[in-house]
Amino acid sequence: MNNGLLEFPTWIKLDLATYIDDFVRYLNVNYGDFFYALKATLNGLINLIYQSLNIIPWWLFILIVIFVTKKLLGSYRKGFLYGALLFCVGTFGYWDMMNETLSIVITSVIFSLLLGLPIGVGISTSAGANGFVRPVLDAMQTMPTFVYMIPAVMLLGPGKVPAVLATVIYAVVPVIRLTSHGIQQVDKEVVEAARAFGSSRWQILAKVQIPQALPTIMTGINQTMMMAVAMVVTCAMIGANGLGMEVLIAINRTESGRGIIAGISIVILAIIIDRLTQSFSAKGDK
Amino acid sequence: MAETILKVKNLYKLFKSNDITANEDVALKLLQEGADAATVLDKSGMFAAVADVSFEVQRGEIFALIGLSGSGKSTIIRCLNMLHTPTRGQILVEGSDITKYNDEQLLELRRTKIAMVFQNFGLMSHRDVLSNVCYGLEIRGMGKAEREAKGMEMVAMVGLEGWEHKTIDSLSGGMKQRVGIARALANDPDILLMDEAFSALDPLVRNDLQFELLRIQEKMGKTIVFITHDINEAFKLGSHVGILREGRMVQVATPEQMLSQPANDYVRKFIDNVDPSKVFSVRNIMVTPSCMIKATDGVNIALQSMRNNGVSSAYIVGEQMHFIGIITLEDALAVRAGKKTFEEAVIKDLPLITDMDTPVADVVELAASAKFPLVVVSEGNVLRGIVSKASILSSFCN
Repeated sequence: MNNGLLEFPTWIKLDLATYIDDFVRYLNVNYGDFFYALKATLNGLINLIYQSLNIIPWWLFILIVIFVTKKLLGSYRKGFLYGALLFCVGTFGYWDMMNETLSIVITSVIFSLLLGLPIGVGISTSAGANGFVRPVLDAMQTMPTFVYMIPAVMLLGPGKVPAVLATVIYAVVPVIRLTSHGIQQVDKEVVEAARAFGSSRWQILAKVQIPQALPTIMTGINQTMMMAVAMVVTCAMIGANGLGMEVLIAINRTESGRGIIAGISIVILAIIIDRLTQSFSAKGDK
Repeated sequence: MAETILKVKNLYKLFKSNDITANEDVALKLLQEGADAATVLDKSGMFAAVADVSFEVQRGEIFALIGLSGSGKSTIIRCLNMLHTPTRGQILVEGSDITKYNDEQLLELRRTKIAMVFQNFGLMSHRDVLSNVCYGLEIRGMGKAEREAKGMEMVAMVGLEGWEHKTIDSLSGGMKQRVGIARALANDPDILLMDEAFSALDPLVRNDLQFELLRIQEKMGKTIVFITHDINEAFKLGSHVGILREGRMVQVATPEQMLSQPANDYVRKFIDNVDPSKVFSVRNIMVTPSCMIKATDGVNIALQSMRNNGVSSAYIVGEQMHFIGIITLEDALAVRAGKKTFEEAVIKDLPLITDMDTPVADVVELAASAKFPLVVVSEGNVLRGIVSKASILSSFCN
């Protein structure tokens, strides 16, 4: 018997964990078909992207990176640097794993943007929705990622699909936040001017607010991509193959060299994605 | 005869200061009893931005609304195109009450009848000059070629040819406001609302744009409601000026009326800063010459008239007050002595003022260098009056 005044009384108990377990089990039993279909669809998409990446010969891929860099950043020097870095990843023997990782990242980013952009626009215009979504976003960002990996694995089984799901939950936050922030930051007089000239709600959004907020929105997209890359190792824990898995294996076997080169490969991937997408937001600033 | 295009009747605009105690009815009642804004805020929790304001604007005039910051002038102008919904009162545009309009009618009103120019320009930095100018036409659904042709016309009108594809950020403040004006004019509105449009500009550029605005208004005959906190600007541009204080209209009058008969001490204090020579035009200070003769009268009548009036020169007019010239006392005596003919004696080469609305300030230099009082003529060289150095000086001391 504990003293109910000094310690929290044991008889006041909310067995939330059991309810959640029951709920997940309920979903699994009753909506198994739905999750199965979801898994199949997502798997198909991830594989499609993976196959497409695999079709591209390694040298062409490097050339593409060089030219895209030249086009976006205006510098062949950087282009060759990034090309060389990618070549390094190849020499580590990780080219195929890189493609695998990329396919997860790309799929996650696609879904994050499909979800995040409309939500961001939505909460920028409605104070009510904003009040509801903000705390949810905070929770999504601060909740340890492993926590929602458990139900994801239970519902979808291990593999790349729950990895994408977990990545989307984690990475969708910045694009929502920065989209809504960008739209709210648009000069009030500019929006007022658009109204004064007889723009409809939709015209203000499409012709003024979104274009004006574009640099901030692009920053959000860039952040989302970075966070998707950052999830790679975590996702390996639920069976997503790729560079993250390599790091995980190296940790388990305490092979420092293997872990470090796999880590470096992830860093190279992250740097290239970051620099290329950052150039978009910088462009919009001008 | 002038036609009323815009009529504001007993306009009120109240804002809630909080959600708990704010009571609109209490506030309105207090305001109708003449309470001041502080009392209303205290007792009803409503902030009265505009209280019982009425005025009329004639087609083709510039109506200037002036007041200190917080006097409600920006709120009023935003009511005129319903960016703010008035709490009470009517706003009649060509006789139709726009406060009763539904969303669709409002869009139509803003797209075709009323356009606005903003203090900080309100330009879209993601569009170039031309595409900013065309914005109003674009959202009306006008085709690209047509709207760009119209846009180029407006760009030329405000003197920005060659800049149409520049980015907004590359323009100076004055140029940005030219874009703002062009954008508003492109819609071909009947009424142009200008919210402190020149206040963010430095004085030289402001002067330039004021002149430009007058030129454009002359050319296009737009009705303009102009808001400013600069009394000189209001008097320079406005044919009628309304002075606001704490949301109430203190006086509406022409600049001349306001100067000569200020409604109260507040107005008097406000217009103390005004340079009267910029407000008074030649029309206000010119006088009819006391000694005026017909060309057919001859030199003897001229001399007699000069003697009777105690002056040393006479103004000679032809048929229908057509101004011919001046004859001086010495010359008239010379003609009588037979040393000169009458024709030779008349001085015809004189500086004339051809526009009675020229501000006095603009003729000071001319008057200082002229030997005789300045002659004011209207169209067809018809003599209307003269402006002496003395009357110019006395206008400064008004």
